Amino acid sequence: MRVALFVPCYIDQFYPQVAIASLELLEKLGCEVSVPKNQTCCGQPMANSGFAHITSGCDTNFSANFSGYDYIVGPSGSCVLHLKEHHPDAKIRASVFEICEFLVDVLKVKSLPSYFPHKIGLHQSCHGQRGLRISSMTELNEKPFSKLTYLLDLVKGCEWKYPERQDECCGFGGTFCVTEEAVSVKMGQDRIQEHQANEVEFIVGADTSCLMHMEGILKRSASNVGVKHIVEILNAHA
Amino acid sequence: MLNHAEASEKFITNQERTDWHDDTLWFVRSKRDKASKLLPEWEALREQASQIKEHMLSNLPQYLLEFEAKAQANGIQVHWAKDAHEHNEIVYSIIQKHGDKALVKSKSMLTEECHLNAYLEQKGIDVVDTDLGERIVQFRKEVPSHIVLPAIHLKKEDVGETFHQHLGTPKGNKDPQFLTEAARIHLREKFLGAKVAITGVNFAVAETGEFVVCTNEGNADMGAHLSDVHIACMGIEKIIPKRQDLGVFLRLLARSATGQLITTYSSHFAKPRAGQEMHIVLVDNGRSRQLARDEFRNSLKCIRCAACFNTCPVYRRSGGHSYHQPVAGPIGSILAPNFDKKANVDLPFASTLCGSCSNVCPVKINIHEQLWFWRQDLMKEGLAPAGKVLGMKLMAWMMSNPSVFRLAGGIGRKVMSWFPFLVNNGMNPWFKQREMPAPPKQSFQEWYKSNRS
Repeated sequence: MRVALFVPCYIDQFYPQVAIASLELLEKLGCEVSVPKNQTCCGQPMANSGFAHITSGCDTNFSANFSGYDYIVGPSGSCVLHLKEHHPDAKIRASVFEICEFLVDVLKVKSLPSYFPHKIGLHQSCHGQRGLRISSMTELNEKPFSKLTYLLDLVKGCEWKYPERQDECCGFGGTFCVTEEAVSVKMGQDRIQEHQANEVEFIVGADTSCLMHMEGILKRSASNVGVKHIVEILNAHA
Repeated sequence: MLNHAEASEKFITNQERTDWHDDTLWFVRSKRDKASKLLPEWEALREQASQIKEHMLSNLPQYLLEFEAKAQANGIQVHWAKDAHEHNEIVYSIIQKHGDKALVKSKSMLTEECHLNAYLEQKGIDVVDTDLGERIVQFRKEVPSHIVLPAIHLKKEDVGETFHQHLGTPKGNKDPQFLTEAARIHLREKFLGAKVAITGVNFAVAETGEFVVCTNEGNADMGAHLSDVHIACMGIEKIIPKRQDLGVFLRLLARSATGQLITTYSSHFAKPRAGQEMHIVLVDNGRSRQLARDEFRNSLKCIRCAACFNTCPVYRRSGGHSYHQPVAGPIGSILAPNFDKKANVDLPFASTLCGSCSNVCPVKINIHEQLWFWRQDLMKEGLAPAGKVLGMKLMAWMMSNPSVFRLAGGIGRKVMSWFPFLVNNGMNPWFKQREMPAPPKQSFQEWYKSNRS
């Protein structure tokens, strides 16, 4: 199984530990992982700002880097959703997976050698949840499920909690976080407050962008709650 | 006029009130969740409603003509208005014919859209909104901030003060029961005096020529039954093919709106009673233009339940007035650009695209996708500020050239470590209330190069 690791641009630059954990985790699970060297960005920041008509350079670069693999796997529901919905190449659209859904649906992971003895708050990032259906949604009348909690339950020592509003948006929203700064921050503060009420040590999710936003707010208030991408937990060991 | 971001920033200044607004509407959303989960067939009902509307939109001309013929056969006078102005003129001409100077009006988002009140007031007509929430905002010379809960931006203290000023209730009295009673006495007088009543229309049945008006207060009925002339105003998309379709829509409407099983009053108006005149004004006002746009036609399925308002994390924290449109919230943001792209260019961006709106929509409008499509449409039309266009083009160029991306990333991280004040300053909206991420020494690609290859 030839897997290409898709590392979203801002993870490459600011959160290399998330990409490293993704790489190690996939390798641990027996995948032959390549890291295309000239990858940059999926084009989402432009497209969600109304500029999908100027992302063809990004699309071409993505195709040049990622064609010919069985699977393209990335640790970001949002970027993966963008590719699935908007990349012009149908083969890319069909082979790109968010890493948790890849673990559950393709690798069919039944156990993990992971150990993370901490209490965490689970943040369900909207694009992964509502876009990729990584978990059920509270708005719908459907049977509850979650690929994230399924995986977290395989981690020894890890105790997870949902915030009171289980799947409300954190307010990151791409360029929304700066163009609508006031609402964005208020949404983030409200999410954090609910996690803090649960006395968690980390806020954990499958989208680093949401975590970056909440981390920024947490740090400003000198909170001792940290953020972690879920792969950092799935890859953690004693 | 403030744009959405500016108006929201102002709204949020009062944290306590923002939290109250957020919690109150979240409570309504929670009631909606409970009610919808009591019906095992909920998702199937939504799908059916969406399909009925789909069918209606595809056959709108036939259903409109069928409705007109049946309504006329029932003795209802049918009028057609191509836009807001024509609608207002038609309504005024009917009032004028009867020589009346005052009228009562129950809730109608269409008349808000057409700015009927302002138009009639200019002509010297006293319009009394009879929905309690609408009457409150009317006293205050405001507009509704929510299509189902028009005064949800106000607290009982505000209402007490407003009634003290306009109805002479004792200063400082904020008891909801007392204030409601005061409004009831005040409105009763207006009902008894009015010869003309205007109502909205929730559903118009093509098969029978009847229309259905849903309220919780019974104010539409009170107005219509006491008046000599009943004028019902409706957008052309309110048509449904058959009476039996109401079995789908009435079950969805109140559950989605407030979590009630059904609205307190779901009144069918089929023909004028003896001696009464009944009029229907069918209004296009941009709807056929929207119908012709593939990406946006489904917005016409809306039954105005406001479930998308209540679930929207942005709406709950910014208030309806920040949308500067009669219909606020996510649905308003996809309807508004159809009226005026330039004036409403901010609205499709007043969203994180979280998708919750589409999930609660009882007629399954893909609201968050349409927000995305409007963004493309508006930016392609050149409605972006020059700085944004330049920034986007620069970013697209950088991301198309891996060596530029690597170089810029490396420089960017070094600048952030060495000269943090260049990033961490008042010019950077991120930094206002958030710290920047700490720049790592190596990017992932740099780590990979030194550790793996």
